[in-house]
Amino acid sequence: MGEKKKKTVKTIKVDVDKCNGCRACEMICSAFHSAPKYSGNNPARARIRVIREPLKDVYVPVYAGENAKAECMGRDKYVIDGKEYEECAFCRASCPSRDVFKEPDSGLPLRCDMCESDPTLEKPLCVQWCLVDALTYEEREEDVEEEVKLDDVETGLESLVAKHGLQKVMDTFARMSKKG
Amino acid sequence: MRYAETGFNLEVDLTRGNIERVATDPRDTELYLGGLGTNAKLLWDRVPPEVEPFSPDNLLIFSAGLLCGTPATGCNRTIVSTISPQTLLMAFSMMGGFWAPELKYAGYDKVIFRGKSPDLVYLWIHNDKVELRDASHLRGKGAGETAELIRQELKQPHAQVASIGLAGENRVYFASIEQGRSSASRGGIGAVMGDKGLKAIAVRGTKDVHIARPVEFMELCSEVLKYIKFRNENPIPGVMPILAGLGSPQEMAVHDEKWHTENFMWGNSRLRRKDFWNQDVARTWMETLDKMRTRLISCYNCPMKCGATISAPGVPTYMMKCFSKLTYTMAAMSDLEFGLRIAQRATEYGVDGFSAPQVMAFGLELHEAGILTDQDMAGLPAGNEERFYWLLDKIVRREGIGDVLANGTYWAAQQIGKGADAFAHNNIKKHEQLPLKLSMLNPIYFLMYATGEKINITQIEGQFPQAPFAAREEREAFVEDWIQVPDEKFKQYFLDWEPRGEKSMPFYPTVQMCCDIVDWQEKMHYIDDALGMCAGLSSFPLKPPYHIHNYPKFISAGAGIDMDEAKLTQAAKRYRTLVRAINIRRGMRRKDEKPPENHWKKRFPELEKELLDTYYKFKGWNNDGIPTRESLHELGLDYVSADFVNRGILTDKAEATPPGASTEQ
Repeated sequence: MGEKKKKTVKTIKVDVDKCNGCRACEMICSAFHSAPKYSGNNPARARIRVIREPLKDVYVPVYAGENAKAECMGRDKYVIDGKEYEECAFCRASCPSRDVFKEPDSGLPLRCDMCESDPTLEKPLCVQWCLVDALTYEEREEDVEEEVKLDDVETGLESLVAKHGLQKVMDTFARMSKKG
Repeated sequence: MRYAETGFNLEVDLTRGNIERVATDPRDTELYLGGLGTNAKLLWDRVPPEVEPFSPDNLLIFSAGLLCGTPATGCNRTIVSTISPQTLLMAFSMMGGFWAPELKYAGYDKVIFRGKSPDLVYLWIHNDKVELRDASHLRGKGAGETAELIRQELKQPHAQVASIGLAGENRVYFASIEQGRSSASRGGIGAVMGDKGLKAIAVRGTKDVHIARPVEFMELCSEVLKYIKFRNENPIPGVMPILAGLGSPQEMAVHDEKWHTENFMWGNSRLRRKDFWNQDVARTWMETLDKMRTRLISCYNCPMKCGATISAPGVPTYMMKCFSKLTYTMAAMSDLEFGLRIAQRATEYGVDGFSAPQVMAFGLELHEAGILTDQDMAGLPAGNEERFYWLLDKIVRREGIGDVLANGTYWAAQQIGKGADAFAHNNIKKHEQLPLKLSMLNPIYFLMYATGEKINITQIEGQFPQAPFAAREEREAFVEDWIQVPDEKFKQYFLDWEPRGEKSMPFYPTVQMCCDIVDWQEKMHYIDDALGMCAGLSSFPLKPPYHIHNYPKFISAGAGIDMDEAKLTQAAKRYRTLVRAINIRRGMRRKDEKPPENHWKKRFPELEKELLDTYYKFKGWNNDGIPTRESLHELGLDYVSADFVNRGILTDKAEATPPGASTEQ
């Protein structure tokens, strides 16, 4: 196990009551992540989406997280303050059941990287462009256990083991080492 | 590669059901920018003056502005242009919302409709896939309802839908095109859409809009955002609250309606109620708005919250913006609760929130005066508010008297006769205006009202304060950071402008100064309309983030077109003149360029004549308001003068207007 360490966690606080539904966050996200930077705009590529149903007063900015390869069971509904939300409204996954958080051309999954760049931005751009303060940036210190990092070879072997089983990998390795 | 624009239009022939994707000429973008500018060029080239509004040969053009879909904050307007059934002139109503950027992302700058569909249809644009689909099941549905049904049947929750309601289907002359919280309402363009058998256009796009010089463009955008923040924190002192900030007038946010209710006219723009606003009214109206307003909302990529979702108990939720908050209330001499309720039905029917209430009040006035008989109004309910609902229903269905009133006050008065035209008293160029009746002639507004071809005063005013500030120190403070002026002289005009005495209205600002001011104000609106920028962040409010000094940079960095202030000014003048040329060719002349007779109590005929004479000259128009051959040549519009000479509108000899040119066609 690793040792305890202080770590800065970057977070975005989403206040759905303040969202005006303008989608500037989507727009600037797509601009920032285009190459060269800012050369293209296309909210369909954004790593944030405003789940927006104006007539039901539903406005949920949600960030792209991990990719889920399969549809989940979660098609439940939440009622919050009398408003009905699809469970998907809060889900960060790109998944087969919806078209958000995927590159429109390739279908590859997208994921928010908090506008990681060099030099580092003061705040992610979606926050900077949200003048109505629905999105605010917060950093907080957290105690985390330092993960023991696997090196590349080990990571590769682990996935081979996961796919073919330990015995097969060991056999193959043995055979390969004999060949010299 | 094209930047900011996509370089492609969709051409849709509704008669034959044919759809083509057509590449556009980048030189046209350089000359006419986009949006309104290139729309005007298309209408000039393809819609000769003989074409009636409801002819299949009339075009209906939906255009995104040049910079729509780029990160430029607030650039989201759709400019809809056609020939208006009401004015018989070019109509170019606009709407904010989300439609224009979506069209860009689908890969198109414009959708150009011609012909008429034999059956009711809607157009579905999904990137490269574009199809006309049956809309017979949507006949009679509300505009908002239609949008929801289309999204559901296409299973496309992100599609943006512009649609018409019953009013458009039945060719009501003041029918609007609705789109979420926005609408293109003026000029009866919804009627043209209905006439073409087009119920809606749904669009979904997932392609890129490209920027020519990305880093430079982003710096400009960041400066604009910074300035918006600054202006939000620093409202302008000395002007009424709705004029102090940015955005459209913040009608959805404010509770204090003393100014509107006591200065604007009630009924059919008739009655000024100077002591209307009191504590009781203030309290009740505040309760109403707080109860019904769910959220303040915005258009695409804009932090200003000019719209709202409204949920009146017992009626479906809808979205509203700006002054339609009060137009029904005041026309019916009722209260805010009534206004917000009936507006829901009116929005679903799809009617202009300025014209519709006035037309209804006009109908009731005619009835009261005995010009419309009980027989004409058979079935009219007893209650005042019920009457408005009843009239609205009759109008959008064109039933009975509604069939006449559906043509607007001007045409209805012509049809009714018996002196009805005296009651259609609030029109310019046959179109209902803001319900305002004032005392002393304002020379700046005189020129704007008279010569405006956008038909709506709010769409050509702005930039220069509406009234002088009382103290010189206040004026000095105002001009200190007035970076938006195109020329330093405007600061002096304002510094010297006094509420009373020698340098006060109507003789100050002087005639020449008025020309400068009106030209500047109008120019900024015309630039916005080509770029797709919302007037609320540009031409309408005082000290906006976009102005003549940064616009050329936005165009250069965004679209990759070399642009400077002189070239932009020239381009705006070019398509502004082209709009006039279209209208001149359709018969508009000096005689049509006048505010309602009773707009001001104190009029100054000589001064007004001098104002118009001088302004025409200033604009390069002859004394009948026709652009001269010299000015057309200077703008590269020789093809316009050739056509004018051909039609006998201008003679070969410069400056001369042939006799008879001012008779209406």
